[in-house]
Amino acid sequence: MSPTIMAAVALLYVAALVYLGFRAYKNTHSTTDYLLAGRNAHPFVMALSYGSTFISTSAIVGFGGVAAIFGMGMMWLTFLNIFVGIFIAFVVFGRRTRLMGHHVQAHTFPELLGRRFDSRFIQAFSGGVILIFMPLYASAVLIGCARYIETSLQIDFQLSLILLSVVMGLYVVVGGLKGVMYTDALQAVLMFGGMVILLAFTYGKLGGIIPSHQALTDLPKRIDQEYQQALPEVQKIAPAGMGEAETLGWLQARLDELKLVKTMDDSKKAEFMAAHPDAGKVGALVKQYPQVVNKVAVTGVAKAGFRGWTRFPTPGTNFFYVLFTSIIMGVGIGVLAQPQLAVRFMTVKSQREINRAVPVGGIFILAMIGVAYICGPLSNVWFMMKEHGGVISVVKAGGNPDVIIPLFINDALPAWFGPVFMLTLLSAAMSTLSSQLHVIGTSVGRDVYEKGILGVKEHPRAVLITRLGVFLAIIATFIISVVLPEGIIAAATAIFFGLCAAAFLPMYVGALFWKRMTKAGAVASLLAGFGVSFFWLMFIQNVKGKLPALLANSLLGVPTILPDPIFGIHWNWVEAIMVALPVSTAVAIIVSLLTKQESPDHVRWCFEGIRKGAPTRSR
Amino acid sequence: MLGIDDFWVWSAYLLSLLSTLLCIAYGAVMWNRGDEVPSNETAQWAEEEDKLGKEL
Repeated sequence: MSPTIMAAVALLYVAALVYLGFRAYKNTHSTTDYLLAGRNAHPFVMALSYGSTFISTSAIVGFGGVAAIFGMGMMWLTFLNIFVGIFIAFVVFGRRTRLMGHHVQAHTFPELLGRRFDSRFIQAFSGGVILIFMPLYASAVLIGCARYIETSLQIDFQLSLILLSVVMGLYVVVGGLKGVMYTDALQAVLMFGGMVILLAFTYGKLGGIIPSHQALTDLPKRIDQEYQQALPEVQKIAPAGMGEAETLGWLQARLDELKLVKTMDDSKKAEFMAAHPDAGKVGALVKQYPQVVNKVAVTGVAKAGFRGWTRFPTPGTNFFYVLFTSIIMGVGIGVLAQPQLAVRFMTVKSQREINRAVPVGGIFILAMIGVAYICGPLSNVWFMMKEHGGVISVVKAGGNPDVIIPLFINDALPAWFGPVFMLTLLSAAMSTLSSQLHVIGTSVGRDVYEKGILGVKEHPRAVLITRLGVFLAIIATFIISVVLPEGIIAAATAIFFGLCAAAFLPMYVGALFWKRMTKAGAVASLLAGFGVSFFWLMFIQNVKGKLPALLANSLLGVPTILPDPIFGIHWNWVEAIMVALPVSTAVAIIVSLLTKQESPDHVRWCFEGIRKGAPTRSR
Repeated sequence: MLGIDDFWVWSAYLLSLLSTLLCIAYGAVMWNRGDEVPSNETAQWAEEEDKLGKEL
């Protein structure tokens, strides 16, 4: 598809966003309008906004590519995202969050926690955590989106960053949460359409649901058979007397040399190839027999626990820890305490809206995450066809999982799907980003400045201060995107998810469900969750099972301070949430039980909204 | 099951579909429940907001 048509479609899309932002601006008159969309959001708009904020481009392209490597075991995350992220979040947390939030007149997630525990510190500290870490997370989304625009519309990366910031600035700063939610809903519809088409084409082209799954299940066997066919040719060039494992190791080493050569200039290339004649022979071999690379790749990941695309990895292996603790538990559970999502429950006027939002949210997440985690693994079946390369997806993508889904779409879907998928991805990124910017802005204005610094209940210029906060959030996110290396930003995103779960979840659950939880218990849990999470990510955890822990690497020169297994567990592969969340939960319970109960009047007041469903008394 | 051999994988596939069905069933049963009359406090809140808006 030509860039001109893509650009025309993108312009139409931007015009629609700006129009919705303007509509929201016309309907925004008060703080509640700006912060909570007037507490009058339509259930469809609320559910779609929740869903599209939940799903960013990385959930589709990044995690879809990861699923092409890990396989369909990732479907556990789909299940958790629907069951925990939608059903439990809406039915169990949504009702209480909305009732308590309305009753204590909270406008932001930190404000809800601060008022429940009658603590300015909790509100300001939580706002501060959001203020420091969310711009890093937001810049990861912004960079992903700008990189996509760079390749699809052929617009310079820096210019893409500026354009995105300006467009979002227009509708988030002026339109507030109404602007964010209106545009989110439009974006959700585009995302839904794009992903359903993708699923239909994928299953259609691969012969239907069961045949395509069966082909994926049979793939490791097929890879082995094809390798056996090429084995006589391999044996001709491999050193004599090697067993299969040794031969595959030798091939892997030669393929690594070939990868290295690609990064060299021409003069060095010739010199290197002359010194490594075997690399040249292997290069010629894999041109004729690409299936050899498949066998080498699958053998490599099998050592890390991979057993096939439709089988769960071997327990206790690197693949198992990454899939189970980071992806499934970290993302699946972490979503419950995301401030930009929890605040959505306070935007509707009654439980009926939340009830009606549940099916919309469930179907939406299935169509997003489910499709990405089905199509990612199935892309292997497609690329294994001789006419599409005869190699598995990760080989086709040169080892970079981020390009698997775009490659698959370019190769397997008709040309007209290009602009549709571009809109799907732009929508996914922008809907997440706009909500992040809104939450950062409200944290600056409402939680940190008004409550933390001024200590006032309601500033007369609250909307203006928050607009300024959102504006500053956009500028900060833009600067971070330009200045900081992408590695640090990726680590910060993981930190943010871990922090939200470990620092906020026990306090959030206690705030809504446990009257005995005290201010001291909440503060201790917040600090313990933050501290343990931060320490774990900085000194112990190798994010994605391989990246060095940031401070352990820079201060001590080691990838982790816990390289060896303890009690048979490789702790450096375990996600921070698995350690920090139990610690912060235990701290919350123990400190609450050891400290004096909060004033019964205050606790009664906080729970009054939930008890009656219709509060009667102000304070 | 569904062309997938491993119980731990096909069960996740089925659970994803079943949890979506659960969401749909919940929505269908609860569609008209949970409507509330705006509370005194909400009304008072809206009044204060209007006043504030006018002042701004």
